[in-house]
Amino acid sequence: MRFLSSSVGRKVLMAITGFFMLFFVTVHLLGNSSIFIGPGALNTYAEKLHSLGPLVWIFRGFMFLMLAVHVFFGIMLTLENSAANPSKYAIGRKLKATFASETMIWTGVLLLSFLVYHLLQFTVRVTPDIMPDAVANRPGDVYKMVLGSFRITTISLVYVAAMATLFLHLSHGIQSLFQTVGCSNDKTLPKVTMVGKLVSALFLVGYSAIPVLILAGILKN
Amino acid sequence: MSGHSEHNTKTLKLIVWRQAGPDKPGRFETYTAKNITDHHSFLEMLDVVNEDLIKEGKEPIVFDHDCREGICGVCSQVVNGVPHGGHERTTVCQLHMRLFKDGDSIYIEPWRARAFPIIKDLMVDRGALDRIIQAGGYTSAHTGGSPDANAIPIPRHDAEYSMDAAECIGCGACVAGCPNGAAMLFTGAKVSQFAALPQGQVEAAERVANMLKEMQDCGFGNCTNHYECEAACPKGINVKFIARLNREYLKSLL
Repeated sequence: MRFLSSSVGRKVLMAITGFFMLFFVTVHLLGNSSIFIGPGALNTYAEKLHSLGPLVWIFRGFMFLMLAVHVFFGIMLTLENSAANPSKYAIGRKLKATFASETMIWTGVLLLSFLVYHLLQFTVRVTPDIMPDAVANRPGDVYKMVLGSFRITTISLVYVAAMATLFLHLSHGIQSLFQTVGCSNDKTLPKVTMVGKLVSALFLVGYSAIPVLILAGILKN
Repeated sequence: MSGHSEHNTKTLKLIVWRQAGPDKPGRFETYTAKNITDHHSFLEMLDVVNEDLIKEGKEPIVFDHDCREGICGVCSQVVNGVPHGGHERTTVCQLHMRLFKDGDSIYIEPWRARAFPIIKDLMVDRGALDRIIQAGGYTSAHTGGSPDANAIPIPRHDAEYSMDAAECIGCGACVAGCPNGAAMLFTGAKVSQFAALPQGQVEAAERVANMLKEMQDCGFGNCTNHYECEAACPKGINVKFIARLNREYLKSLL
């Protein structure tokens, strides 16, 4: 049976594309964490990335492909699954499924919406909170730009909510990845599930620390 | 009836799915189960209710059953939202009425999945599982005189692993419990029981491809790793067999 039409084949694609996006959020968090070293560190990191030129575009293209495949098959599998189970029971009692596992499509849709907003904000720089000088100079003073945006409480709250969504998505997704590619058995699954949740929590804390510390006035000019 | 036995019996409210045929509309009907003791099994309790319905000239509740010992995999009822009632490693025929209290309300529904059309009331057509087996759940071997025991040495671990997978009785609780109506635990168990043994190697790639294709053609959904199947399975089939199925599929591509 052809890979793309096979139930397992398409799920393996979900797992592989998910893995690359997991890799991306890890690298992104490490890059963001330079803000804790100081304004200079974040700006130097931004300059370095900017100087890579075409490499950045190749990487962006690759990540876009990963995202597109993940979203496409995610929606397709969800539609197929609701067609395969059209009538629900009078009492919906679950034994092992979790809130995270049952809401993957919705956390996915929320994350996709956040991603579009996040790119418009800090990459394209067209949201109203972005100062004109950040639009004119690229990469410019990224530290100042981030500080300016996250000082607005609503923007910080949206960001933290998105990271909570990412936590939910990954707390199911990481162990699911291992199970789908077959790297799982009864001994490793509980451990992988636990480590997956810990890693997801680390992303939540790591990413959210930036707006929280800015709002608290600890990260400042 | 003596006062003593009355003291020991329970009266239960049953809310049962009734459906006259595959394409007929279904609905819940409420019945009272009277004179139920701790010693009745769930199916015996339904027998009592059906006796009463027959005496009243009403159509009895249709349900599947055979061995009533928890080994055949024929009984198939979702009790209070969980296939086989949700007690660990218990088929609905082995679910005993001591687990229910006097006055309890119990919802009884058939397995619900697109691949399992309802025949009548609580009875569904699980032929789809047979079609998955026909697609590859066997080994092609020349028959003849029985071979010597241990003619093919199999490590104990592999034999145990295969037997664990072969414990599946094909009841379909995994499908009924799955939010996606997927049959991956069933198919995984059936693929794994052969994959672990030397006899299964010859047709391994063909088997997994054919069984997966049949699974999809039958209208089962895709696994999203909720693991409801494992929790609902009366034989405790582990989801490691789904991981094995995924592995066998990837191996078949090479």
